[in-house]
Amino acid sequence: MNRENEANRNPLINGALLAYVLLAYLFVFAPIVASFVFSFNSDRFPSIPLGDFSTEWYRAVAADPLVWQGLRNTLLVGVGVGVISTALGFGAAYTDHRYNFLGKQVYLALALLPPTIPVVIMGLAMLAFLSRVNLSGDAGAVIIAHVVICAPFAMAVIRLRLSQMDPSLEPAAWNLGASEWAAMRHVVIPFCRPAILGALFVTMAVSFDEFAIAWFVSGLNETLPVKVLGFLQGQVSPRINAVGTFVFIVSMTLLILAQLLLGRTAAPRKE
Amino acid sequence: MTPVTQAPLVSLEGVAKHFGTYTAVQKMDLQIHEGEFLALMGSSGCGKTTTLRMLAGLEAPSEGVIRLDGKPINDLPSWSRDTPMVWQSLALFPFLTVIENVEFALKMRGLGRTERRRRAEQWLDRMQIAEFAGRNISQLSGGQRQRVALARSLVIEPRILLLDEPLSALDAALKVRMQSVLKTLQRETGITFVYVTHSQSEAFSMADRVVIMSRGKIEQIGTPQDIYRAPRTRFVADFLGSSNIFPGQLTRDGQGRPVLATSSGDFALPAGNAPGIAGQAASLTVLDTRMQIHPQPPQGARNSVAARMIGEEFVGATATIHFETDNGQELRVQKSHEDLADLSLAIGKPFYLSWSPADGHLVQE
Repeated sequence: MNRENEANRNPLINGALLAYVLLAYLFVFAPIVASFVFSFNSDRFPSIPLGDFSTEWYRAVAADPLVWQGLRNTLLVGVGVGVISTALGFGAAYTDHRYNFLGKQVYLALALLPPTIPVVIMGLAMLAFLSRVNLSGDAGAVIIAHVVICAPFAMAVIRLRLSQMDPSLEPAAWNLGASEWAAMRHVVIPFCRPAILGALFVTMAVSFDEFAIAWFVSGLNETLPVKVLGFLQGQVSPRINAVGTFVFIVSMTLLILAQLLLGRTAAPRKE
Repeated sequence: MTPVTQAPLVSLEGVAKHFGTYTAVQKMDLQIHEGEFLALMGSSGCGKTTTLRMLAGLEAPSEGVIRLDGKPINDLPSWSRDTPMVWQSLALFPFLTVIENVEFALKMRGLGRTERRRRAEQWLDRMQIAEFAGRNISQLSGGQRQRVALARSLVIEPRILLLDEPLSALDAALKVRMQSVLKTLQRETGITFVYVTHSQSEAFSMADRVVIMSRGKIEQIGTPQDIYRAPRTRFVADFLGSSNIFPGQLTRDGQGRPVLATSSGDFALPAGNAPGIAGQAASLTVLDTRMQIHPQPPQGARNSVAARMIGEEFVGATATIHFETDNGQELRVQKSHEDLADLSLAIGKPFYLSWSPADGHLVQE
């Protein structure tokens, strides 16, 4: 970063901006930190002063077969959703990059629309539709529903990367003897590789956390977030803090991985 | 020089390209001979790049036939022609190393790993970039990338190489060096080069033949010398920018000799260059190096005009002196500093500019 002349900076504005950023982070992360802290607290109810350090809630969670089942469903769904929505997103982004056609603006608007639909409506619609075609109530149904909301994220991420590609790169590959398929395999996909992996992690993270739609369509094959609601309805237990901390760490890890991959591609390339 | 007798390597027969209602290339006939260095020159939008892209198969001609070695290639996809191209942006693959870039075309042709590597190394050697084989493209300088792009295209040892303004991103000194690299490479390999450029100095210093294009049409084809000495049209003379141009009308003087009547006077025409039809519009071009400056009206059978000096510009060993005639036409004369020494030049001072009729050249409007 370039060092700016300090004389061009108003210390008051600097201070205010810093305070603003710190407060925003505090506001966002305080509940998560609290949940994290209480997950290691031996007391039954979250209260201050804290009791002893304890991992009993984690042990309780680990001993619960329902949690394991939920986790297995969540991971299965997450991987499936990641792979399918990244593939779909790549196809949609490449279509936008390579072709011009009548109604392209409409195509783009429709492709990017699903995340803007309220999840309750989406969940309800999915349930109505999937039960009609006898697909509701299993992990496959959750995968289908999650792909609908995740594919646009994958498309957005990969589209950004394609926009950084020299428009001559693909024709250059054809010119050197690569068929369209070979150019796709040896030029377009390698060029997009960081974005493709980033999209994979982002979509997995979105699916991993998603509750409302999964609640509607998962039936007996509940994912972890749906299980957590089950815990809450039964009793308030610090086990929730333990599960929450775990889910948070997994999601954060996926997002940080995605950020690292995407940040590297966005860095200015020396031309 | 080019052997014109043998069959052309590439021929364009009535080739045109339309984009919607816009015509990028109008019915064009062009023959490219084996082993020649051909430059397609013109300002932007003249159709030179579209012509090159049609040769590479990136655009399909709307009309006409393109033949490579006698066979029509209109419908052949890019990847089935051996017409590699050096791109203006170079379009090197940023995720591959230098040697992997050079191997790419061989890999697409299904060559084995060791054979690919061996051939790529030969070309890296030849382009004097062998030491960078394992580097990333982003670690190379502009000149080095240029050499990688050439090696990547030439590794398949094609009969023709297409170049789309490949030097435009380089600084002036490097440009001159790469010009001699390209010219030497072309002479040594005998590969036909088709070189698109808007730069007269690039085209004239490298090419055996130059094609000057304007608005999708060929204005003139010829050796650099021919075009420089005898531009065929007013456009070419204007484009080259090294001649003074007098627009006028063909007529005959008192003795019945053909002259050009211009707003600056009637000028005698060079023998053998005078078309017959009186009354026809035409322009007389005179190279700025062939004009003389006189303090007094010159005697003898020379064309001359009176003009006032308006400026002076030093160009290394020579200087260009700018003049303006009474009716507002600007003229230029290029002379060595020695020739100018005893003229006592001063801005605003009236002079007479003259040239021998033999140094004039008549062009169509």
